[in-house]
Amino acid sequence: MGREIIRGVNASASSRARCRWVAPALLPVINLALALLLSAVVVVLIGENPARALWLLANGAVGNAEAVGYTLYYATNFVFTGLAVAVAFHGGLFNIGAEGQAYIGGLGVALLCLGAGGWPTALVVAAAVVLAAAGGAAWAFVPGWLQARRGSHVVITTIMFNFIASALMTHLLVNVLIKPGQQSPETREFDPNTWLPQLHDVARSLGWEIGRSPLNLSVLVALAAGAVVWIYLWHTRWGYELRALGHNETAAVYGGILPARTVIVAMSISGALAGLMSLNEVMGVQHRLLLNFPGGAGYVGIAVALMGRNHPLGIGLAAVLFGALYQGGSELSFDMPNLTRDMVVVIQGLIILVCGALEHALRGPLEAFVR
Amino acid sequence: MSETSLLVALLAAATARGAAPLVLAALGGLFAERSGIVDIGLEGKMLASAFGAAATAAVTGSAWAGLGAGVAASVLVSLVHGFACITHNGNQVVSGMALNITLSGLTAALGHAWFHEGGQTPLLGPGARFGPIDLPGAAASAGVPGVGTAYRELVSGHNLLVYLAAAIVPVVAWIVYRTRFGLRLRAVGESPDAVDTAGISVSATRYRALVMSGVLCGVSGAYLSIAHHASFIRDMSAGKGYLALAALIFGQWRPVPTLGACLLFAFADALQARLQGTPLPLFGVVPVQLIQAIPYILTVCLLAGFVGRAVPPRAIGVPYLKER
Repeated sequence: MGREIIRGVNASASSRARCRWVAPALLPVINLALALLLSAVVVVLIGENPARALWLLANGAVGNAEAVGYTLYYATNFVFTGLAVAVAFHGGLFNIGAEGQAYIGGLGVALLCLGAGGWPTALVVAAAVVLAAAGGAAWAFVPGWLQARRGSHVVITTIMFNFIASALMTHLLVNVLIKPGQQSPETREFDPNTWLPQLHDVARSLGWEIGRSPLNLSVLVALAAGAVVWIYLWHTRWGYELRALGHNETAAVYGGILPARTVIVAMSISGALAGLMSLNEVMGVQHRLLLNFPGGAGYVGIAVALMGRNHPLGIGLAAVLFGALYQGGSELSFDMPNLTRDMVVVIQGLIILVCGALEHALRGPLEAFVR
Repeated sequence: MSETSLLVALLAAATARGAAPLVLAALGGLFAERSGIVDIGLEGKMLASAFGAAATAAVTGSAWAGLGAGVAASVLVSLVHGFACITHNGNQVVSGMALNITLSGLTAALGHAWFHEGGQTPLLGPGARFGPIDLPGAAASAGVPGVGTAYRELVSGHNLLVYLAAAIVPVVAWIVYRTRFGLRLRAVGESPDAVDTAGISVSATRYRALVMSGVLCGVSGAYLSIAHHASFIRDMSAGKGYLALAALIFGQWRPVPTLGACLLFAFADALQARLQGTPLPLFGVVPVQLIQAIPYILTVCLLAGFVGRAVPPRAIGVPYLKER
């Protein structure tokens, strides 16, 4: 099935010349509106008022300083997984395995934190960044290698690797890493010197008071990751090779690009970005390794990458939007017990549908309209 | 001795029960993928059907109404996939993933709001689900060692949908290899332009394939909620759709080998459930998670060409653009 599958996602470039900015700027807005409209139908089916639900959701997401902190904390996860999916997309690869890659990245972070009791925090953080990235990269390297060298389709292998990661981590948490003498499968709490400082603590030490939230320094790592991805994709030879490969493999090969190496490197970088997500969850918030801690963030990354049009800036905005949906969704379920956070998953799926699968259906009429 | 044979028969029966939903979903996926449409959305269709079937059966009290509603829900999801991928040449993997995620949220959200049991549907009574069927002579054959045990435990005592799953394999093989629709189906997945040149609509053939996929996934999902279990539980397909997809690839997109793969995967699961920490000779205690991961590891090895070679339909995943 090769790389053709994905070409639809990248084909945007060819038809973009005519209206350079109008469609890219308008499309995500129309996509979001359409997804929200479809979700409103579901809300009506459930028997609630969609307008009130949307207002409660928005208020829960950005209504006060704490809510904003929570929104940004969720967004941090989605920046990492969104970047991971986007890097692969640029090479015409669909990495569905960000979930598993983040999970394995968390294993690296947890093993480090469990053993780094007396280390200085700065050293632990530096080592954790490396190990989180390495864990995720390793878990994506194998599907990347199999795609490049053996022609195994990366979509299927990354799905399989999600399940293998889940089985592996369940085994490790239930049988090996579990804190002795307890029932729930999780490690012991890490020593406080290995915790990523939370932003409200940092702010207080500088003399500011900001709302308490799990938002932590990993948000800076996320911003840095976005910048690095931007440089990698548009200002390095490897990024150029990757994008060339994603647009037209034949032309890329003719131009002297080695597809196998490019694919393996891109998948490893993609996995590394997904792995970094564990800094936020494991090191910044939970301070222990929990069963299934990525909690679907890897799949949110698909929606974020599609909505952000595979550009770090767009991904940042889309990640904040999804962070707001997640935070607002949990607040919403307090006020409207009939609406659970599953509604957010519905919106997420619908956004992937209208942004990704139905992009041609919307793009044609829109471009005809703005022309 | 008879205890061992009973154990084997029970293990085989558990394998059959576990394989039934996989076979149904995988054969559904077979139609879609042989027509050239990647069908990652098996999971979502199963969930849609499981919920639709359980909700309808709970309200009407009829298992058959539940089955019908489940199949209808699943076909609807399949048609949305077709609308995105066939009519609008959308990305098939993205569309499948989108549907899986949407249905995972939608079934849980609707279940929670409509039945107020935390996303579950009410427990179904005997009439509202497909109960086990005792074949004639099952009780009488109990005294016969070997054959009698096998008949009573393995052949008899399943629900209707398990027998349906067993019967559907030759039917699907016949449709795919011996009918005009089957020929067109395979042709459209290998070389859609040739089919188009012959004056046959590529889109219509692919839509038909997706409807078939929807019907079979619908039965598979209904099996989960109104035959195997007695209610819908959130995310109850629990990766079985992906496992069915793996079985389809493992079976090289052919009906009988796909059945074999489903049986193998279901056997691994049944074995894992039965072992649960029992030490094996030579190996000691095998972690259950390792056995659970076997189907996925095998599929990766197959895709990598370490055991055999998986050659997908040639035109799979490529939207068909008619020349203007």
